[in-house]
Amino acid sequence: MSSTATTIHTEAHAAHAEHELSFVRKYIFSTDHKIIGIQFLFTVLFTLGLGGLLALGVRWQLAYPWTKVPIFGELLWSDNGGAMPAEVYPMLTTMHASVMIFLVIIPGLSGVFGNFCIPLQIGARDMAFPTMNMISYWFMWPAILFFVASFFVTGGAATFGWTSYPPGAGNLQAAPGSLHGQTLWLLGLLCVGVSSLLGSVNYITTIVKLRTKGMSFFRMPMTTWALFITAILQAFALPVLTAALILQVADREFMTSFFRPDDLVINNEPAGPGGGQPLLWQHLFWFYSHPAVYIMILPAMGVVSDVITTFARKPLFGYKPMVLAVAGIAFLGFIVWGHHMFQSGMNPALGMTFMTSTMLIALPSAVKVFNWLGTLWGSRIRWTTPMLNALAFVSMFVIGGLSGIFMAATPVDIYIHDTYYIVGHIHYVLFGGSLFGLFAGLYYWYPKMFGRRMSEFWGKVHFAGSFVLFNLVFFPMHILGMGGFPRRYADPYFFETWKDTKPMNQMMTIAAILLGFFQLILLLNFFLSLRRGEKAGHNPWRANSLEWHTPEIWPGHGNWGARTPTVHRGPYEYAAPESEEDGYYPQTTPPPGSQAERAHAH
Amino acid sequence: MHRLWTLLFGAAAVFAVGIFFWAAGKSGYWFPENVSVIGVDIDHLYWVITWITGITFVVVMVLFLWFLWKYGDERRPGKAVFTHGNHTLETVWTAVPAAILVFIAVYQYGAWKEAKFRSHMPDSPLHARVLAGQFEWRIRYPGPDRELYTDDDVEQVNLLHAWKDQDIVLQLESRDVLHSFFVPAARMKQDMVPGMKQNMWFQITRAGEYEIACAELCGWGHYKMKGHLIVHETKADFDRWYQEALGRQNADQRDPSIWERGE
Ligand SMILES: [Cu+2]
Ligand SMILES: [Cu+2]
Repeated sequence: MSSTATTIHTEAHAAHAEHELSFVRKYIFSTDHKIIGIQFLFTVLFTLGLGGLLALGVRWQLAYPWTKVPIFGELLWSDNGGAMPAEVYPMLTTMHASVMIFLVIIPGLSGVFGNFCIPLQIGARDMAFPTMNMISYWFMWPAILFFVASFFVTGGAATFGWTSYPPGAGNLQAAPGSLHGQTLWLLGLLCVGVSSLLGSVNYITTIVKLRTKGMSFFRMPMTTWALFITAILQAFALPVLTAALILQVADREFMTSFFRPDDLVINNEPAGPGGGQPLLWQHLFWFYSHPAVYIMILPAMGVVSDVITTFARKPLFGYKPMVLAVAGIAFLGFIVWGHHMFQSGMNPALGMTFMTSTMLIALPSAVKVFNWLGTLWGSRIRWTTPMLNALAFVSMFVIGGLSGIFMAATPVDIYIHDTYYIVGHIHYVLFGGSLFGLFAGLYYWYPKMFGRRMSEFWGKVHFAGSFVLFNLVFFPMHILGMGGFPRRYADPYFFETWKDTKPMNQMMTIAAILLGFFQLILLLNFFLSLRRGEKAGHNPWRANSLEWHTPEIWPGHGNWGARTPTVHRGPYEYAAPESEEDGYYPQTTPPPGSQAERAHAH
Repeated sequence: MHRLWTLLFGAAAVFAVGIFFWAAGKSGYWFPENVSVIGVDIDHLYWVITWITGITFVVVMVLFLWFLWKYGDERRPGKAVFTHGNHTLETVWTAVPAAILVFIAVYQYGAWKEAKFRSHMPDSPLHARVLAGQFEWRIRYPGPDRELYTDDDVEQVNLLHAWKDQDIVLQLESRDVLHSFFVPAARMKQDMVPGMKQNMWFQITRAGEYEIACAELCGWGHYKMKGHLIVHETKADFDRWYQEALGRQNADQRDPSIWERGE
């Protein structure tokens, strides 16, 4: 369908105004981007809970190994005295990471904000391909079902890490979880891939074709920019992962040998025909999964830029450098995947080139941080819940970014590779970064999504608790990593080297459990505010960007009434001389004295 | 209220820096004492990067907290500063980190080559072949004739003997899934990939017993793939041990004392 056809279609649609759609078409199989965004949001709140519980299982074992797991132990492992069996532990780490990465962060950022914000922020009536958008959402569910079902099949869930390295993951004999759990994992990931790819194509097309009058590329808010570049990143990287997943399925189920070397014997059984190369999987996997790291952080950076400017009442410092930095990260993101493979047996000379490119990718990240600092300088900060979460993003991302340099340094990586150092690092980026970014966006756009506000008080309680506990859980991981504490060990205390680290692990586990409880505050606040929240009005934060300037608070299908808005300036012209007392100067206000202004006033 | 929030952000930064001081030298929370030659370089690099990132962190956090403290005051009158950026600043804060990052990158080439480039492998004879499998290390020494699979080989599980200051050259292989040979005290690690023969080399500067861990997830028993590196004081000590082990092995292929440490 061409974009003009879409526009005509949706305009006609808007003209019909409120012709009744059935409940199912309106809220379940909806093609409205706003509903789809909200569907993603509800789904992600559910998967976040799932991933969190898996994490607590991991934490329990690290703090109190081989003891009865509270609540779940009795239910699941009563024959083992309620304690977790050794083969379950790697399933928990594998599935925790897989759920959080593929079912929470990626759909949470791209799915929720991509769908909800892009058309509103660029003044479009909907996505370019609304039906495809609906399909993109519904591909999440088979993925969730495959992942959940994998716990109940013979052998249990996938067990060779979210990276699923063969020959472990590629051969049925390698572990119980390599039986059917791994196949389900692969199928689940294929579905996530389809979902992301359909979303990406949609976002790219929408942004290129459906911007409203006056909305040039360099007047787009950072959220849209970041989602745009992320979508391009996804669209180019995902096919490689998809191919790799299919190859691994073939290796496992049809005895091909893409990743199986000669004469492989696993568990005293010949594994199958040889001739393959295990490292090939790692290259293919990381060719996607390194960019995926940025797919998981760039949209959050966009969200945070929008939130910070709104509550700093100040233009974004260095808008163009910020856009360039995102583009730079995306470009460099394609040539650094080998930094996950420094110790893999890959040619060490290659390691040197990957190390150099990895060092360089720290640069655009640093530029982003400096520009956020520049934005805060001379600002007028308003301490709202979204702002607090956005500030947490900035300060935690600083830690996550700096700790990355240690791993990028190849000789240091020899020692800290596959230790808790990397676990700490990834959580500072993905929890301290992406998840706080997601929280910021959630609190920020909630009034737009539901017409009501979440409780500021409970929002702040949730933030303060999460921020403190997050640091207590994850910062000590760097210290453990310095001690060489290995990741994915069900019982590190089996080693003399790490036997003294139990007290700290217990502290971290207790903090993690509390952190989990604090998320209940978020859930309660979220659901209770749907009905009881204070009415938000059109623009509760007095933000400039287009999404807050729809004709109705919660616009129907088509968003903009009879005519899409005209944009007169960038999204961050807070505090401009023409602006109102609090710096408010929306993108839609015509410049003073212009013809448009006179017409507007009339 | 804004002061409290600023302090909360500040507290996280103080905690992050403080815990390093708290952990200094504590067993398990700190580097195990380094006993290898390459470890000296690796630790040095670690501290160079710690200083660079640590100073960057403190500077960034001080600015961040200062801005929150100053501009977070809701009573502050007037509008925010209306600026879209500053070209000079952008150039400076791009160029300076770029220079530092390139410096870090180049500074470490030497240590990396030393540790992993084949051209830097000492040309001493192969000391042992390490064959990893779920969930044990099989270690086979070629013996005095320097040939593997001859009558003077000794094969043991989970024990690797060597001597002080020896150029230890190992051949690493896996027979099933990925494993990774990790000696924390020597700062050395190398993944073992089935179908690939790889070498690893290092030199231990102090006699003693050091743990070997598997660092690449290899199945449910990954955590118990523990071995020991036993470094004798002199080559003569090692040779004495070797003859003894060979004798025991010839006397009884399954001498339990060979296996007792294996666990
Ligand atoms: Cu990466
Ligand atoms: Cu192993």
